Amino acid sequence: MKPRIASQYIPLLATAVVLATLYGAGCASFHNFFSLRVLVNLFGGNAVLGVAAVGATLVILAGGIDLSVGSVIGFTSILIATLVEEHHVNPVLAILLGLVLGALFGAAMGCLIQWFELPPFLVTLAGMFLARGLAFVVRPDNLGIHHAFYAERINRDFALPLNSQVSWPFAATCFVTLFVGALWLAHYTRFGRYIYALGGDETSARLMGLPVARTKILTYTVAGLCSALAGVVYTFTTQNGDPAACVGKELEAIAAVVIGGTLLSGGVGYMAGTAMGVLILGLIQTLITYQNLNSWWTVIVVGLLLLLFILLQNVVSSLSGRLDSPGRHG
Amino acid sequence: MTLEASASLLEIRGLSKSFPGVKALEGVDFTVRRGEVHALMGENGAGKSTLIKVLTGVYPRDGGTFRLDGVAIAPRSTKDAESVGISTVYQEVNLIPHLSVAENICLGRQPMRWGMIDWRAMARRAEAALARVDLKLDVHQPLASHSIAIQQLTALARALDVEAKLLILDEPTSSLDAKEVEELFQVLRKLRAQGMGIVIVTHFLDQVYAIADRITVLRDGRLVGEYETAKLPRVELVSRMVGRELTKMKAVERGTEAARHAPAPEVLLELRQFGRPGSIAPLDLTVGQGEVVGLAGLLGSGRTETARIIFGIDRARSGEMWLGGKKTAFRSPRHAIQEGLAFTPENRKVEGVIPHLSVRENIILALQARAGLLRPISRKRQGEIADEFIKLLGISTPGPEQAVMNLSGGNQQKVLLARWLAMQPRLLILDEPTRGIDVGAKAEIEKLVQSLREKGMAILFISSELEEVVRGCQRVVVLRDRAKVGELAGDAISEEAILHTIAGSSHAR
Ligand SMILES: Nc1ncnc2c1ncn2[C@@H]1O[C@H](COP(=O)(O)OP(=O)(O)OP(=O)(O)O)[C@@H](O)[C@H]1O
Ligand SMILES: [Mg+2]
Repeated sequence: MKPRIASQYIPLLATAVVLATLYGAGCASFHNFFSLRVLVNLFGGNAVLGVAAVGATLVILAGGIDLSVGSVIGFTSILIATLVEEHHVNPVLAILLGLVLGALFGAAMGCLIQWFELPPFLVTLAGMFLARGLAFVVRPDNLGIHHAFYAERINRDFALPLNSQVSWPFAATCFVTLFVGALWLAHYTRFGRYIYALGGDETSARLMGLPVARTKILTYTVAGLCSALAGVVYTFTTQNGDPAACVGKELEAIAAVVIGGTLLSGGVGYMAGTAMGVLILGLIQTLITYQNLNSWWTVIVVGLLLLLFILLQNVVSSLSGRLDSPGRHG
Repeated sequence: MTLEASASLLEIRGLSKSFPGVKALEGVDFTVRRGEVHALMGENGAGKSTLIKVLTGVYPRDGGTFRLDGVAIAPRSTKDAESVGISTVYQEVNLIPHLSVAENICLGRQPMRWGMIDWRAMARRAEAALARVDLKLDVHQPLASHSIAIQQLTALARALDVEAKLLILDEPTSSLDAKEVEELFQVLRKLRAQGMGIVIVTHFLDQVYAIADRITVLRDGRLVGEYETAKLPRVELVSRMVGRELTKMKAVERGTEAARHAPAPEVLLELRQFGRPGSIAPLDLTVGQGEVVGLAGLLGSGRTETARIIFGIDRARSGEMWLGGKKTAFRSPRHAIQEGLAFTPENRKVEGVIPHLSVRENIILALQARAGLLRPISRKRQGEIADEFIKLLGISTPGPEQAVMNLSGGNQQKVLLARWLAMQPRLLILDEPTRGIDVGAKAEIEKLVQSLREKGMAILFISSELEEVVRGCQRVVVLRDRAKVGELAGDAISEEAILHTIAGSSHAR
């Protein structure tokens, strides 16, 4: 048999093509676009989204959805800022606490969804309101973080100088590390494969003897952890905690996931696609800034792109349904 | 180790299980010995699948005990059951379509290396497991890209991949052709010789007599009895399961006999060199009013494909179709339905019932769709229609409001049939309407087809069971390798003649 691109890789390929095209278009149109600085900014500037999108990918692959991402980012950022600045807690400790709370929050939502068979959409919608409310309870307005740990460690010592002007920010390191970890999780651990199985067909997964309950709860736990980590990364990039931060970030994350070729119905998709999806969203933003257009254009372009990808997925899945199924015989 | 190690591998005593409104099992005893194939038999809804699911911990039990190798067991999940040595293939192929064949076989027990899944070792292991069922495939392809038969064999390979003392197969042969069934049986014989206990559920009597050592019969959730296969003649088995169908089948035979000698009916559907490259070569076919035309041939000979182009699921690329004297070609199934066609597809899980809706809603679905959403059928009328078909087809359900997913497999199929019959179509295409349903229901459906014929409906009847085709059809069109190879009519129709035509030996033509 000749090697051919299996239909399940087509959306991934399309994502890669869009990414390359956008980047190529940028380089061709603006003479200073092809530079290390633009590239580094692309990763650094989209680290929060990237981290959040990793969590969103796992949940969506498992056949669920998480709408609480943005709120958890806000909550975590203001929690850390308040603890560090007003209560003089060690920043590392504050960050760890934020991560643990995020994971617990995700686990709680997962338990509700699993044990009471509630729809994930509603449970995480409630989680979204709850976390946002709690963020404002912690502190109703934003608060800058001036602790030395941030000024000296995160932004100076942890940044990797690439040349005399440009250095690789720690936030980008967080994003890339998490992404590699998630790639490994999704493809080389049993848990990762259970996520795919769960999203593919929950009843079958149960009858195959897979640990469905544990997988589902753990998926939301990891997603909660990712949201909290996105909140931590937010404090790194902005040196700020803000209860109103990142409203609607979850939708941006979902957009990145879909553009990355993952099916919203679950069970099909790739982590690598999500990373490309995040970079595509980032590139659109950059290009529009270079073009000196109003930033609202970003939103419009993203909307159109999203539509295009959904259409593409639809075409691909109906094509593969027709081509790949000699199943009906008679 | 106890000294008095008994000959029986599995002992179930006094098992009971109720669902809301249904007593699925009542005080059932069931014993499987080491090194035997044991057939679990019963009509649709008798409780066979429930027994299996309760035993393997999918459902909790209400009462009763299980002993495996003399030790009391109480699995709480499929995984638990596997770890004590019970490996199961459930009734519908239950795998993950988007994942690769290899993963579907190894999921939950993937080989690990350095704390990571070892994909290469996994592929090898999957290939080895498939070799056990005599299958050679590219294990990296997604499962969904393979036929249902191969998916069924993959599920079997998965079940054989664990160390099991007891292997349970719930209708493992429903999508396999004769050759594949024989291969499966070869495997089972080998396992039996190694001392494994095997439980098999099937509605094909031939298969029971080919493989089973002993038979346990259930009826309406109760144990009827346990028998040596060799000492239980078929007729006896059937009557243990139901007891009254044989006369019905005789009646069908007589009715067909009469219809074959009646004057030629008025033609309703006519195909002239109608075909589609890759699915079916151009063929001629007519179906008259009040006529049942059989479509016979091996699995993969193009029977379903023929139905699909008639019904507008796939577009024909050549020839013409005439319906009631008018030249037509359907753009879509919707269009075909509007013109009074109905088609019951073969694979009930994939394209059939809507599991969460009630029996009534499922039956009314197509009818309401045709009437248009703006002209709702009154609730009372819906109830009447549902009740009528529940009675007509003998659907075993506590009532019309039961969710279809709670019915047994065969009864779900009847609901699907009822949906189309409710439309009172001019032309009804039945694709394997009796696959996976019990003898009683088969007779029921054959009789129904007969009475529809008497009412003047035109019926295209696709079936792999020749007996059924011979008993019920006035004419038989035979397909081979996606082309029409012959047509038999009247007294020329016999199992032998059809077989000869399929095989291509000239004498029957
Ligand atoms: N989950 C459920 N909820 C409610 N009722 C159920 C459920 N599962 C099965 N039943 C009922 O229990 C009875 C036994 O069903 P079961 O599936 O065991 O039959 P079966 O013997 O396997 O039949 P078939 O040959 O059609 O597969 C049926 O009346 C069915 O409607
Ligand atoms: Mg069953």
